[in-house]
This record gives sequence, structure tokens and C-alpha cells, in this order.
Amino acid sequence: MTTNPLLDATGVAKNYGAVAALRNASLSVLPGEVHALMGANGAGKSTLVKILTGAINADAGRILIRGKQLDVRSPADARRAGLLPVYQEPSLIPDLDVLSNLRLTGTPIEPFRAWVRELGIPNLDIRDTARDIPLAILRVLDLARALAVEPDVLLLDEMTAALPANLAEKVLEVVRRQGDAGRSVIFISHRFVEISALCDRATVLRDGSTVGVVDIEPGIEERIVEMMLGTRIEKTRVAARSANDVGTVGGRNPRLSVRNLQLGTKLNDVSFDLANGEVVGVFALEGQGQDELFAALAGSIRPTGGTIEVDGAPAKFSHPSDAVQAGIAYVPGDRTEALAMQRSVRENIALPFSAGLRKWGPIRMRREQVVVSGVIGRLQIDTRVLGEVQRLSGGNQQKVTIARWIAANARTILCFDPTRGIDVGTKQEIYKLLRELAGQGKSVLFYTSEMEEVQRVCDRVIVIFGGRVVDTFPVEDADEPTLMRAAYGLPRGARADVGILADVRPASDAEAAS
Amino acid sequence: MTDIATMPQPVSFGRRLKRFMADRPLIPLIILLIILVVILQILRPGIVNERWLANTAKFAIPLAILAGCQTMTMLTGGIDLSVGTVATMSAFIMATQIVNQDPTVAFLLAMLPAVLIGFVNGIGVGVFRVHPLIMTLGTSLIGTGFLQVYQRTVIASGAKIPDFLNWLGTGLTYGFPNALLLFVPVAVLIVFMLNRTGFGRLLYAVGDNERAARLSGVRYWQVITALYVLSSLLAGITGLLYIGLIKAPSLSLAEPLVLPSVAAAVIGGTSIFGGRGGYMGTIIGALILTVLTTLLTILQMPEGGRRILFGFIVLFVTAAYLRIVEDR
Repeated sequence: MTTNPLLDATGVAKNYGAVAALRNASLSVLPGEVHALMGANGAGKSTLVKILTGAINADAGRILIRGKQLDVRSPADARRAGLLPVYQEPSLIPDLDVLSNLRLTGTPIEPFRAWVRELGIPNLDIRDTARDIPLAILRVLDLARALAVEPDVLLLDEMTAALPANLAEKVLEVVRRQGDAGRSVIFISHRFVEISALCDRATVLRDGSTVGVVDIEPGIEERIVEMMLGTRIEKTRVAARSANDVGTVGGRNPRLSVRNLQLGTKLNDVSFDLANGEVVGVFALEGQGQDELFAALAGSIRPTGGTIEVDGAPAKFSHPSDAVQAGIAYVPGDRTEALAMQRSVRENIALPFSAGLRKWGPIRMRREQVVVSGVIGRLQIDTRVLGEVQRLSGGNQQKVTIARWIAANARTILCFDPTRGIDVGTKQEIYKLLRELAGQGKSVLFYTSEMEEVQRVCDRVIVIFGGRVVDTFPVEDADEPTLMRAAYGLPRGARADVGILADVRPASDAEAAS
Repeated sequence: MTDIATMPQPVSFGRRLKRFMADRPLIPLIILLIILVVILQILRPGIVNERWLANTAKFAIPLAILAGCQTMTMLTGGIDLSVGTVATMSAFIMATQIVNQDPTVAFLLAMLPAVLIGFVNGIGVGVFRVHPLIMTLGTSLIGTGFLQVYQRTVIASGAKIPDFLNWLGTGLTYGFPNALLLFVPVAVLIVFMLNRTGFGRLLYAVGDNERAARLSGVRYWQVITALYVLSSLLAGITGLLYIGLIKAPSLSLAEPLVLPSVAAAVIGGTSIFGGRGGYMGTIIGALILTVLTTLLTILQMPEGGRRILFGFIVLFVTAAYLRIVEDR
């Protein structure tokens, strides 16, 4: 470690009123290094990132770039210093085409194009309006735009979070090569597989302070988790499974029975059952029709063909309230879609209570209080910050979206990627919660973009590819290679190592899948 | 030791005051109201007496009820610009129908256009998704047109102000304006509705995040239709109260109250983007505007200058208030 760090931040602190978002954070990045920044939600990752990129100003601390003290007061300053972020939210202006967006930021066009091709999007038309481009592609374009100006330090915030596996792999490959080319990358992610495949070192934050810097080596995950969580949580597999297996799964009438569901070109002949007391996983690459499947089951869009039966009786949903009436609740992956951010936790949880025309009258405050505090306790929602939901951390917000339906006693919960971008501890809690619900005879349909979650939570998995159910298997058979193959639409049987960690992958595979 | 002791202290007095205000947004409003009254008293010693208080209340009440309509619609991210026309229509119809009709019938006839306009507003905004600004402006123009047509048909019969409305609008009982008999229940009802009923919750929820409300099973059009009908009904009742106060039916009776009613709600801390606010603030906002008007009247400025000053003060107050209350 004789080389001087490219970026060296020490003692960074930031207070919001009485709340200390950062107490004593430090981060040191060497040239040519891919450096992971990790921490549970609320640990201060985002705050640190915003300070480094000039979006907010620190109250205390020192930031050196190439050994020179730097006063980063605006994103433009950070850019000039060679520090460039790619945030979770797409940053292209929706109403401009890609070309205008590039001109706006003074991004060189040709390098951008080269990077886009490199990142696995061969046929992008830069005259396309950003609004019409799918989210996953937009994120890749953001990355390409950052790469095109050759920053010294690239800051990636949950870069692979919304990406389908094929694009994610390309991205990871490109990021790794950045390091080889002598540039540095700060990589924020919750996914250990990526971090172990990609990063050289990791800085771990907890409660606003840096608690450790470790080299990434096999088996380091346990230590990182320990550091991130302090001593609060032991990593266990979901234990409730065995008790539940004796349950009602497979018996009698299914709770939800989908037959030959058709939705334009998005869904084709989708059929499956969901039994009481069962968690069925839906696994798919990005954009294979899973969004539409969930929207149809939730009553948000009307299917063009096929039937949905609830408890054996045919159901036609023309509005989400029809689905809610039938005891089917939809928890979207995007929290901003599910929460009234300026309202309190209590009001958010109690929202479905008032939805029906007959429930517009006076609220029984005492009873509501009991129900709400019951689920808050059960889900261990951290309500120290009273008042608006937007002041809660992401993980706690996600819990509120689920708590609402537990309070409303929904019999079927459609969870769409509920653990996207939240911390490990909360993820574990959500897995446990879903298993508990199943144990109580409720049914859960669970879409996930993370393979390991399938094994942790589900009884069965259905894999969707190109709008069709291509495979269904019990969780025991759902190891990662099998899932991955199925998700790419490859037949079961002939086995080969496929996965994010697989070093050599024929590119044609990924292309064919997208 | 000293280190630890001083650690939580860096919060300055100003910051703490700000946070205190942010948690209780009514307090800065009440302080502002008191300051205005004090200024008035200094400029015109002795003006603030029992009579003045009753008078201020009388003029603030119609404004406060109309501002209630704006508060409720603004909570859903809307606005109701038809309140002026609706109030005028019900007042005018009441005053002309009372000549030949039974009071109950006249009352029902007076409320009919209110319900109709409210319903059309609700369907337009809730079902056809017309922007509330355009929708209510449109129905307001249509209403005014109808009123002009109606006026020709009743020109012969003349108009009179029913005694009861006279009593309600201008009468005093033990020094208290009788209008309070209408206003207090209405205000209590609105506050209760917003805070303690399912419908009130839905207004906030729909205004904050319509998609979330939808996914929770809320049917937007139902909430919006009920809301605009309610808003129109309140406006109609205000019209009856106002005619008792002004005592001269005209075709633009309540029109001058429309924009102040929006201003009162905004000054009272209700966000025009929806999801945030309440009626208590609006009431104080209406009082502030009324006192401000008196203040400018006694300054004996020319009308133009008074309006310019009024506009500047409203802008300044709103901006300052938002700075105080919005804790980042």
C-alpha cells in the first residue's frame, strides 16, 4: 500500500437538525481499485456519496483528491475534479432524445456510442426520446455517459439493481476493466456476489461512521455483515420452513388459479396455481412480462384473454379495489408508488381501511391505533422519526407497504421485488415475514430479481420467459444454475455452469435472451 | 466532560425556534395575526374594540368558508374556482325566489345549481381528468351565463333579502355575530372530517399519491365527485350567508372572494400540490387577510396603491411562512 490514494476522505460528518446522518466517515480509494462501499440502510452511504459528488456540503471533514485538499461545493466542482456519479434514478431528461441529453452535458458522442455497444446494447438509436426507453437501458446509458468522459473516480450507486442478468454481467465486466485501466470505481451494492466478483476492498459504514476497511477474499461476507449490523442480527436461513411444510400446500382448491392468461404481446398463455399457505416465486429476467402479470392480478390492467379464479370462482378485476375486495393485495417494488410520502406511518398503514365508500365515515381512532401499533410491532418498523413516511429509511418504508396489507388482513399478497435496494437486516426480516404469512395459511406470489431469495423464501418457483411460463419446479430443484438456465429459456437437462460468477460466457447467449 | 456536554448544543436558538415552529405551523400564523392587530391599534388607537372584533368576524366568516372549499380541493391537488359563481347563484336565486315561494322551496331551488355544478366539476375532474383549474373555471363561466339568463326572467318580480338571512348575516347576540352559529358547526365539521373520517384521510392520500391510493383500493372518481359536490354545497351556503351580510343581490356578488379564498388557504399552509395542510390554518389565513384589508383601508391610500400593497404583503407573508415552516 505504498501508492497514494486517489481519493481520500476523512472525518466527514453531516447533521440534519438533531439527526447525525454522518458522524465520522472515511473512505480511501487507491488508483485502479474497485472499492465497495457498504452499510445497512441509514448507515450514511447515500449521504457520503452526495458529499463526495458535491450534491450537499459536509459540516466537517477533509476530502483529498490526489493529495490535494478539495472544496467540492457543487456537482460541477466534483466533475472537474474527475469524480462522476451514476445514481440509482435515471438522470436523462425524459422529454429530450438521447443525443440532446448528451449535448446538454457536453458528453462526447462517439465514445458514448462505443461504450453503449460495449455494454451490450448493439442497436441504440440516439434519436430516441429518453421517455420511450426502458428503465434498465436508461441506467446503462447513464453509465455509458459517465464512462465517455473518462472520470478518474466513477461512483456507482446500486448500478445493477434494476438490470436484467445479461446486462448486469456486461456492466460488471466493464466496471472491472475500469480498474484494470488504472481508474478507480466506488461501487455501492447490496449484492455480495457482485462485490466478491468485482471489488478489491470494501469500506463498511455503520451509523454514520466507517467501521472497517477489508480486502475482499473468499468468506469475507460474514465479517462484512457482522460489521454492518454490529451484533444485532445473526445470519440464518429462514427457519419456519419445516413447520410450514406440513401445512395445507397442494390441498383442495387453490386460492388463486390463473389459466391461459393473455395480455397483448406481453403475456402469453400463462397458467399457474397459488395455494393457501404457499409462497410461489416468480423468477424472470427484466421485462419478460412479470410486471404485466402482477398488474393483471392486482386489477391495474385488464387481461385480453384467459381467466383468473379466486377460491374456485371466476373473477374479473376492473380496478385494484376489486382485487382488494377479493383479498388480493399488491405491493409494488417501487416504494414511491405505494406510499403517501407526506403522511404518517399510521395513515399509510390504515389507508385501505377507508378506501371503500361505506368506510368514509368517522374512524374509530382507538381501534385503529391498536391495529396499527400491532403491525408496527410485528414488523418492527422503526418509528422513532414520527411524522412523515418520507423521513423513514428505505427498508422501513418497504415494511410499511407490507404492514398495510397485514393490518388489512389480505389473504393473498403479491410482492414485486420487495427487497430491492434495502439492507441485509431488513431483507432477512421480510423473508421471515413472508414465511410466517404462509404459515398462517396466506398465500404469497413473490417476484424477485435475486436468485438466492428464491431458495430462502419460496415453496415453488415459476420461471417466465418471453411472456410464457417456461418452467415450474419445487424449491429443492431451484439451484442457481437451473434457475438461470430456465430464465434464459433454455431447456432443463443438459447442464453447464451459468451465472454471474461464471467467468467465460458466450455473448450470443445473452443476446439471444434479450 | 465539557466536550460531551457541549456536543448536543451547537443547535442555535434560531434553529430551535424554527424547528418548534415547523412542528406547530399554527403558531407563526397566530403571531402574525396578533402583530397585524397590534399595528392596527397603533395606527388608530382605540379601533380594536368589541364592535371591530364582531365586524371582522362577520367579514372573515364567508371568506373562511370559501377558503375551506379551497383547502379541501387543494388537499387533493385541485382547486375550486367556481365557488364564487356558485355562492352568487344561490344567493341570487334565494333572493328572487323568496318573493313568491315558500322559504324551504326557495332554499332548495337555491342549492340546486350548487349541487349540479359540484357534480359536473367532480365528474369532469374525477372521471374525465380535466384539470381542476380549467374544469371549475369553465363551469363557473357557464354558471354566470345561466344566471344572466335567469335574471331576465325574474326582473319583474324583484328581490328581497329574507329576514332570517339578514339576522344571520349581520345580527349580533350578546355582542357575538350570529354568523358564528353557522360557522362554528361548519368549521368543526370540516376539521373533524379532515382528521377523523375515512373521507378526510382519502383527500390527503389521493392528493399525496394517487397511485398509492388506487392500489389500496380507492376509487379516485368517487372521492373527487363527493369532494366537489361538498365544496359546491358549502359555497352555496356561503352565498346565502353573504347576501345577508351585503344585502344587495348582484351578478358578481361573491366573485371578489374567490382569489382571496385561495390566498387564505395558501397562507394557512395548505399546499397547492396536495397532501398537506389543514383547515385551522386556513381560518387564521382568512382572519389575516381580513385584518390586512382593514389595515390598508384606514391607511387612506388610493385604491390602486392599496391593491399593490395587498399583493406584495400576501406574497411576502406566504414566502416567509413557507421558509419558517418547511424544515428543509
